[in-house]
Parts: sequence; structure tokens; C-alpha cells
Amino acid sequence: MKFTWFNLMPWPYLPDDFREKYRSVWVDIPNTLYDPKLGHQVYNTYLSQLEYAESLGFDGIGVNEHHQNGYGLMPSPNIMAAALSRRTSKSALVVLGNSIALYNPPIRVAEEFAMLDVISGGRLVAGFPVGTSMDTNYCYGTIPAETRKRYAEAHELIKRAWAEDEPFAFNGDYTKLRYVNCWPKPIQKNPPVFIPGGGSLETYDFCLENDYNYSYLSFSGYLRAKQLMDGYWEHVEKSGKDMSPYRAGFAQTIVVADSDEDAEKYYREHIDYFYNRCLHVYPGFADAPGYRTIKTLKAGVTSQMTRQAVGSVTDLSWDQLIKDGYIIAGSPSSVVEQMKKLIHSLRVGNIFCLIHVGNMPDEKTRHSTKLFAEQVMPHLRNEWPDFEGDNRFWIDPLPEQAERAAAPAVGGA
Amino acid sequence: MESKKITTAQGCEVRVYTTGQGEPLVYLHGVTGVMKDDPFLTALGRHYTVYAPVLPGFEDSGGEDEVDGVLSAALHGYNVINALGLSCPILMGHCLGGMIAAEMAAIAPNDISRLILLSPMGIWDDAHPIPDLFATLPFELPGLMFNNVQLGEELLASGMDFNDAEFLTDFLVGNAKRMGMAGKFLFPIPDRGVKKRLYRIKAPTRLIWGENDALVSPSYAGIYAREIAHSETALIPDGGHMAQYEVTDAVIDALIS
Repeated sequence: MKFTWFNLMPWPYLPDDFREKYRSVWVDIPNTLYDPKLGHQVYNTYLSQLEYAESLGFDGIGVNEHHQNGYGLMPSPNIMAAALSRRTSKSALVVLGNSIALYNPPIRVAEEFAMLDVISGGRLVAGFPVGTSMDTNYCYGTIPAETRKRYAEAHELIKRAWAEDEPFAFNGDYTKLRYVNCWPKPIQKNPPVFIPGGGSLETYDFCLENDYNYSYLSFSGYLRAKQLMDGYWEHVEKSGKDMSPYRAGFAQTIVVADSDEDAEKYYREHIDYFYNRCLHVYPGFADAPGYRTIKTLKAGVTSQMTRQAVGSVTDLSWDQLIKDGYIIAGSPSSVVEQMKKLIHSLRVGNIFCLIHVGNMPDEKTRHSTKLFAEQVMPHLRNEWPDFEGDNRFWIDPLPEQAERAAAPAVGGA
Repeated sequence: MESKKITTAQGCEVRVYTTGQGEPLVYLHGVTGVMKDDPFLTALGRHYTVYAPVLPGFEDSGGEDEVDGVLSAALHGYNVINALGLSCPILMGHCLGGMIAAEMAAIAPNDISRLILLSPMGIWDDAHPIPDLFATLPFELPGLMFNNVQLGEELLASGMDFNDAEFLTDFLVGNAKRMGMAGKFLFPIPDRGVKKRLYRIKAPTRLIWGENDALVSPSYAGIYAREIAHSETALIPDGGHMAQYEVTDAVIDALIS
């Protein structure tokens, strides 16, 4: 199993009445709610947490890209990964990822990812999301019906830029370059590529065609993900590819305490903050017409767009949150048990551990992280003995990386 | 109304509704498409032979891949006129169709006899921002597009309920096709530069606007009027963005007279 400690980097100071006063945490959230001086503390705390996760033995540390978003403060994940690359030496840098349709020209992604891979000694996991409709269409103005074509073209350009040894001309519909010539090139000949998907059928096929990892990033938990992941594995089976669980990953909110009771006592408020404030997205921004293909829409439209659905509040009891799988929570032994269910029901070899949740303070985050690393992770390492040593979907760093000490902090630990 | 499929020189299959008698008038519909038994087109048919081609992505009209912007849309429009065997027809467009009609009139100014623009999109004025149709929830559409909201609900949902999940799934699939195509012209800002080309229009032009258009403010009529050489403006009382369905006779009077 590979465990990646992921921080969404939420803004932890959304007001109590956020849900009532503002229509969306994303796209048109007023930036008067952001305070850059507090932001300085927030960024540095979050980056330190990611470094701390490496020191505890997490296989990867993860960052992602969102725009105009109160629960995701990383418009440029590459800046965060660059900061981490110098202060870490072992963990994979999981950049999940760059919304490649948004970079103009997309060769920029090939260059920046190559830089990260070279600086880190070959530790880059490259994520290529299509991007949410909120980010891609509403924040960055990509025409919805063009999004997937732009994505496909950008992907082709980036892969060729990494692979080709000579400058080449690229005549795309959206990008025309006379001299494509990626300096630097990545250390890893083919950096592992992770594709975050949300159920688009085309994305399943794309991952299989290219042997990319398919990762489902949902905040609804593993039980609700079962149907989608079953669909994915059916696709894998039909395609004739092997069924390695490392082809897939899942993001899960996890909180660990010394006892089951403590978990609720210490973490409940932060879970509520996340689900009630951070996930308060205006449904009109969820799915620009033309963003999803008709094939996917016909496969099942979830109707969050009725008058009744707008304004409904998640108000589940703690037990219900666990029972429904939204969160994995409790003592280390309870969490081990729930994690095993997740791993085997979804057949995943990668877990993105969302251990920092909402407005969780640093001390609690570190406590939960430490318990997970020391008392949960060791019990889950060998869940897939048949696929032991399958490293096709993971980093291949320079050998000396293991020996290299992370650059020390200037002026303190 | 008669309904048939024609094939353009480019190979696009296009659904065309035809009704009425008189001088030929080609009508380009807006983001809501052609209504079932369209009452406005039927009324218009008392004065003209109306040809209403259905834009790519709407109903079963093809051309979604061929039409990817205003130039290809304008050329597609002329391909349809040619396939219908028409010469120098009156060209009328509403909303998105108005934007395309204006482009057509500017690109080939000698190929239409009159131009009628009913609440066209296509220009952006910071002083009167056009609401984001693409972030509007289905149940909010009637209020945005109609002065008479109840009529809007009846027409847009064909008597179904926007809060019924099953109906909504069908609506969203259709809406994704229609608005996915409309997004090529209107997303994220409904301006592809037609204002810079309006000076080329030679055809006598009638600008018609619902006085209470909450989507495209009647103030835009002034911009079009300034840029088009031979234009007259008519504002329609009690009309919203869909004035032709709300105060049909007044709109027809305004375009004939």
C-alpha cells in the first residue's frame, strides 16, 4: 500500500454563518474573507505538516490545484511542491495535479513538472486532472465544450515534450508551437501519472490506454465510491489489463484519536466545518453545460439542482458519518478495521489521507497523523501480497535520494 | 408547422421548421431553441414564409463539430440558406440567434434583404453586465428570461416540474447539448467581437427589445443602433428577453411596420 498525506489547505477562518451569508465557497467567495497576514501562518503551518508527514514515513505528500476556493488555497500547486522538494528527501511529491487545459501554452506544465522532478531527484508524481467545472470553466473561462479537447491536446504535447530528443513542431487546434524543446527534461523517463477522476467514463478509458493511475477524489467516503470504482474495475477487466490495485487510488477523510470517544470529542467540530462550510458550493457552478459528455450525463445525473436540494445542510450524527463512510474515525484499531474495508471494497493500492480536516489546528493534526503513521499504517502495508513489488505506478528516484538529508530550515526547526 | 431535414454543402444535417406564406424570412432561434408548435413562428407565418433552422446541438440538428465559433456559425447559416434555395431573404435572429444573424449580415452584407434583431447577444457593456446563463439553475431560468414568469415556466418546462428529478435529468442532458453549443459563443462572456464588424451591415435593420429584458438589458439596443448604419429601434412594453412569446402581436407589429 502507498499512503500519501494530503492537505487540501482550507482557509480555517470562514465565519460561523458562512453558509447562510454566502452562496458558494468557490468561484465567487468574497476575498474580504481572506486575510493575508493570517494566510502567512496558514501556509507555513500546512507546509510544515506535509514535511512532518514525510518524517513519519508516509510514502507521498500531496498538493493540488484549485482557484478562487475557500477550501483549497493552492492556485499553483507547483509552488507548494517546489517548497517541499527542498525540505524533504524521501516522499514522493504527489502533485494532483496541474489542470493542463488551463496552461497556455501547456508546455509550461512539462517544464515545471520536469523542474520539480529534477530538483527532487525523481520524486514527482504528475497529476493531470481535467479540472473541475468550477476551476476550469467558471474561474479560468475555458469554454465547457472545448475543455476535454484542450485537455487531450495539452496531454499529447506534454508527453511528447518529455519523450522527444529533438525540437519538434506542434500544430494543435489550441496551441501552435514551432519549436517544442523541453529544458530541463525529467529524471524519471516516464514520471508516474495520476488522473483524478470523478466518474467520467472517458477518463477510465484514458487511464487504461496510457497505464495511468485512476484516482477518485470524493468527499463522500468509500461506501458511496463503491459503485463508481466497481465500474472502473469492470472497465479494467474488459480491457484485458491486469487488475493491479496500484492502478487506483482513493481520497478519504481520516481522523485517529487515542479512543473512539476521543475521536468525536476532538475532531467533530472540524469535520462539521469541512462539510458545512468548505463544501458549500453553489450548484450552478458544479457542472457547466457541455463540460460533461452526454454519455456521462446519461449514465446518471445526480440532481443537486432542484429547489429542495439547494440549501440543504449536512447534519449527520457522528456514528452516521462513520457508518456511511464519509469519514474513517476512531481509535487506531477501529481505523485499521475501517481502512481494510475501504482498501478491499474499492480495490485500491493508493490512499490519499485527508487527515487535516477543515479548521483543524496544528496540534490535533499532528496527533492524528502520528497515530495513523505509527499505529495504523504498519498494519496495512501488506494488503496486496499478489502485487508486491508492482512499482509501475510509483516514483523511481535517484538512489542517492534515500541518503540525502532534507535542507534544514533557516533559523529554526 | 412543417418539419424536415436538409443537408448543407458542408454535409451537416439540419432540422428546419417551415410555416406560413409570403416573403421568405429565415429565423435563427435563441438558447431555448424552437418551442413545440412554436406560437411565435406560427403567428409570424401569417406575414411571411418562415424558415426556422435548428442550430447544431439543438434537437437532432448536426454540425456540432463543424460549428466551433462565430465565423463557422455564420458560414453554416449561409449554407442553410443556400440549401433551402433562398436568395437574399429577410434574416431574423433572437438572443444567440441574433448574435449569429448580426455576424452573417456583417460578413456578407449583400446577401440579405432586411435584418431583424430581437434582443441579440454578442456585445458586452460593463455598465450592464449580462447575467451568467451558465451558472443559472434551471428553476431560475423562467424568472430571468420572461417578464411573465408563469408563462415562462409553462413554456420552458412544457408543463413539467423543474423540481422533479426525473424530468430534470432529461432536461439537463438536453440542456448540456444546447448550452454546450451556446457556450462556444457565449461562455464565459458573450462577446466575440461582433461590435467591430457591425459597420459592414448594409441591410435595413430593425432592433427589437423587451422593455423588461432582465438578461440582455435594452440599453444594448443603443449600442447596436450606433454601430449599424440603417437601423430603427422598437422597445416592447411588458416584454422580457422572450418578448415574442409574451407580447407576440406587439413584436410582430414592430418588425413589420
